[in-house]
Amino acid sequence: MAAEREPPPLGDGKPTDFEDLEDGEDLFTSTVSTLESSPSSPEPASLPAEDISANSNGPKPTEVVLDDDREDLFAEATEEVSLDSPEREPILSSEPSPAVTPVTPTTLIAPRIESKSMSAPVIFDRSREEIEEEANGDIFDIEIGVSDPEKVGDGMNAYMAYRVTTKTSLSMFSKSEFSVKRRFSDFLGLHSKLASKYLHVGYIVPPAAEKSIVGMTKVKVGKEDSSSTEFVEKRRAALERYLQRTVKHPTLLQDPDLRQFLESSELPRAVNTQALSGAGILRMVNKAADAVNKMTIKMNESDAWFEEKQQQFENLDQQLRKLHVSVEALVCHRKELSANTAAFAKSAAMLGNSEDHTALSRALSQLAEVEEKIDQLHQEQAFADFYMFSELLSDYIRLIAAVKGVFDHRMKCWQKWEDAQITLLKKREAEAKMMVANKPDKIQQAKNEIREWEAKVQQGERDFEQISKTIRKEVGRFEKERVKDFKTVIIKYLESLVQTQQQLIKYWEAFLPEAKAIA
Amino acid sequence: MMEGLDDGPDFLSEEDRGLKAINVNLQSDAALQVDISDALSERDKVKFTVHTKSSLPNFKQNEFSVVRQHEEFIWLHDSFVENEDYAGYIIPPAPPRPDFDASREKLQKLGEGEGSMTKEEFTKMKQELEAEYLAIFKKTVAMHEVFLCRVAAHPILRRDLNFHVFLEYNQDLSVRGKNKKEKLEDFFKNMVKSADGVIVSGVKDVDDFFEHERTFLLEYHNRVKDASAKSDRMTRSHKSAADDYNRIGSSLYALGTQDSTDICKFFLKVSELFDKTRKIEARVSADEDLKLSDLLKYYLRESQAAKDLLYRRSRSLVDYENANKALDKARAKNKDVLQAETSQQLCCQKFEKISESAKQELIDFKTRRVAAFRKNLVELAELELKHAKGNLQLLQNCLAVLNGDT
Repeated sequence: MAAEREPPPLGDGKPTDFEDLEDGEDLFTSTVSTLESSPSSPEPASLPAEDISANSNGPKPTEVVLDDDREDLFAEATEEVSLDSPEREPILSSEPSPAVTPVTPTTLIAPRIESKSMSAPVIFDRSREEIEEEANGDIFDIEIGVSDPEKVGDGMNAYMAYRVTTKTSLSMFSKSEFSVKRRFSDFLGLHSKLASKYLHVGYIVPPAAEKSIVGMTKVKVGKEDSSSTEFVEKRRAALERYLQRTVKHPTLLQDPDLRQFLESSELPRAVNTQALSGAGILRMVNKAADAVNKMTIKMNESDAWFEEKQQQFENLDQQLRKLHVSVEALVCHRKELSANTAAFAKSAAMLGNSEDHTALSRALSQLAEVEEKIDQLHQEQAFADFYMFSELLSDYIRLIAAVKGVFDHRMKCWQKWEDAQITLLKKREAEAKMMVANKPDKIQQAKNEIREWEAKVQQGERDFEQISKTIRKEVGRFEKERVKDFKTVIIKYLESLVQTQQQLIKYWEAFLPEAKAIA
Repeated sequence: MMEGLDDGPDFLSEEDRGLKAINVNLQSDAALQVDISDALSERDKVKFTVHTKSSLPNFKQNEFSVVRQHEEFIWLHDSFVENEDYAGYIIPPAPPRPDFDASREKLQKLGEGEGSMTKEEFTKMKQELEAEYLAIFKKTVAMHEVFLCRVAAHPILRRDLNFHVFLEYNQDLSVRGKNKKEKLEDFFKNMVKSADGVIVSGVKDVDDFFEHERTFLLEYHNRVKDASAKSDRMTRSHKSAADDYNRIGSSLYALGTQDSTDICKFFLKVSELFDKTRKIEARVSADEDLKLSDLLKYYLRESQAAKDLLYRRSRSLVDYENANKALDKARAKNKDVLQAETSQQLCCQKFEKISESAKQELIDFKTRRVAAFRKNLVELAELELKHAKGNLQLLQNCLAVLNGDT
C-alpha cells in the first residue's frame, strides 16, 4: 500500500528529475540539487503569482502566461533528461501549466511517471489515470469555496451549515461544479479519517479548524451580535483554508473519503468528533499516553537530516508564536483605535455645533466627517490584519504541530522496529536453548516464531524506511508551500496597507482646503 | 537619564514652536519679548531658563536671563488671579505641572526586563522610550513658554510688577509650593466658588452680548473637554499600534535570520519595512497629539479662564445690585447713607470696568481661538498628508522589491 502511494509530490518541481527517477530514494535529494543549480529557480513563488491572475482562464496549456523563467525551466529539462525527445513533446505541450493552480505537483508528476514507466517497473494506477487525463486534455485543477453559513435548528441542538462548493475539471469527480452542505463536525470527521489513514505513514495532514465551545454556544443561543457574526465568519474562512490546503496535497486529494466529503449530498454524521463522546475520551487518553512515550523513546538518530529538521521546526514554531502574539496585539489596538476615532469624530461634531464662528464650525464638522471615514478605514485594516496575517500565522502554528506529530510517528515506527529486533533476538536465544535441551517439537515452534519475527523485523525496517522517505518528501513539499503561502499572503497584506494609505491621502486632501478656508 | 539636556538653541524644534503659536495674535514687538531658551531636567525638577529682551525702561538691562521652576510660574499665575485689578481680564491659564512619572516608570520597567529580551529589542525600546521622554519634555517647555508669551503680549498684564520680578530677579524667588493647610484652603475656596458660581449664574444678564457668551462658553467648555479626552485616547491607541509594529518588525527579523529557506530575505525586507513604517506611524500619533490634542487641551484651559472672567463679572454685578438694594434700604431708613452710596459707587465702577474689559477680552479670545484652530487644523492636515505619502512610498517601494525578488 505504501509503495503505491509513493508519488513524488515534489512541489513545483521541475521535470528535470526525470533522470533520477530510477532511484526512488534519491528523488528528493537530487531534486534539491537540481533546484539549486538552476539559475531561474524562483519558480515556486512566481508560479502562484501568475496563478492568481491566470486562475480565471480555465487553464489551457498554451494560454498560460509563461515568463522567461518557465521557458528556462523547460530548456533545462530538455538538456538534462536523457529520454527520447519525441516522447517528451506531447508531455511538454499537454502539460498544463503548473502555473495554473496551486495543485501543481500532480501535473508535473504525470510526465515524470510516464517516463518512469519506461525505466522502472513500478507503475501506479492512479498516476496512469492521470496520464490518461493529461492525454485527454483534462486539466488538473480544483477550486474550493466555503460560503453561506446558515443556522439550522434551534437551541442547543442548532448548528451552522456551510455550503462547500467545488469547481473542478478533474475526471475523478462526476461533475465539474457541485456543492454540498456540511456542518462543522463533518469537517472534523473528515480530518480524523484522513489523519488515521495517513499520519502514521508520514503524511502531513493539515489540521482542522479549532473547536470553540464558547463561540458556538453564543451562536446556538441565537445572539445576533457582532461577535457571533465575527465568529462565524472566522470559522468559515478557517474551514475554507483547511479544505484548500487539504486538496493541495496530491495524495490526500486522491482519498475516497475526501471525495465523498466534497461530493455526496448525504454524509453519515461524525459523532466521534464530539469532545465528550467515548471516542473523544479515548483520544485524550491516547494523547496523554503518547506524551509519556515520547519522553521515554530514545532514538538512535542515524540521519542527521531529521534531527536538523526537527530543530528547525522547533525554532520556527517558537518564532511564529511570538510573531502571532504581536500581530494579535496589533489587531486589538487597531480595533481600539477605530473605536476611539469614532468617539472623537462624534465629539468633534458636537464641538463644531457649539462653535459660533461659522467657518470654524464648518471646518470642525468636516474634521468630524474625515475622522469617521478614517475610523471605517481602521476597521477594515483591522480585518485585513486579522484575516490575512494573524490567521496565516495561527494556521502555520497548527500545521507545524502536525509536522511534529509526523516526526513523532516516525519515532514510534522506529520503536516498533527496535522492539521487533529485540524480540527476534530473544526468540533466537530461546531456540538455542531448545537446541541444547533437545526438544524437537519446541524447536519447531521456536523456528516458526523466529521466521515470524524475522518477517516482522523486515517489515519494521521497511516501514521505517518508508516513513522516513515519505517524511522527507512531505517536509520538502511543506517547506515550498510555506514559502509560497507566506510570500503571497504577506504581499497581499502589504497591498492592503497601501490601499489604506491611499485612502488616507484622499481624505486629508479633501479636508485641507476646508481648513484653509477658515477666515 | 536625560540629565543635562541643554542642547541649546536648536533644542525646540519647529513642531514645538507650533504649540507656542496657539496664540497667534501675540505681538512679538520689541518692547517685550520673552522665551524659554533652555531647560534642564533634574530628577524631579525642571529648571527653565527664561530669557527676556526688552526696550522698556523698567528693566535694568536690555537682555537678561533667569532660571525658574514650575512653582514660580504657578506663583505668578496665582498672583494675577488674586489681583482685583485684573478681574476684568482673561488670566492666561497656568501651565500644567511637568509630569515625567509615567515615562520614568516605563524606563525603569524596561531596565528590569532587560534580561528577557534580545539586545536589538532592548536598544530599540530604549530609544523609543527616550524619544518619548524627550517629547514630553519639549512639550512642557513649550507650555510654560506659551504662558509667559501670553502675559507679555497682554497690554495690561505685561506691566505687572510681579511679572517683572519674575523675569528679572536673578535669585530664587523663594516661592514654596503650597503646604497642606494652604492646599486645603484652596480646596474650600474652590468649592465655595463653584457654589457661588451656580448662584450667580442664575442671575440673568441684561446685556445680550454677555448672556450669549455665557451660554456659549458653558457649552463650548464642556464639549472641548469631551473632545480633548477623546482625542487623547485616539492618539494613545495610535501610539500603541505603532509600538506593535515595532515588535512585529523584531519578530520578523528573528524569523528572517533563522530561516533556512529563501524566504529569509523576504522576511528581512518586510521586517525593515515595519521598522520604518513604525517610525512614521509614531510620528503621526505625535503630530496628532501636538496639533489636535494639545490644541483642545489648551482651549479647555482658556475657556475655563474665560468662564472665570464671566463669573467675576457676574459676581461684581450681583455685588452691584446688592449695593443698590443696600443703598435704597439705607435711604429709606436714612442711616449710613453716605457709606452705602460710596459702596454702591465703588461696586458700580468695578462692574463697569470689568464689563468693558471683559467684552474686549472675549472678542480677542474668539479671534485667537479661530486663528489657532485654523493654523493647527491646516498643519494637522498637511502633516497627515506628508506622513501618509511617506508611508505609501515606503510600502510601494518594498512591494516592488518583494515582487521583483519573487
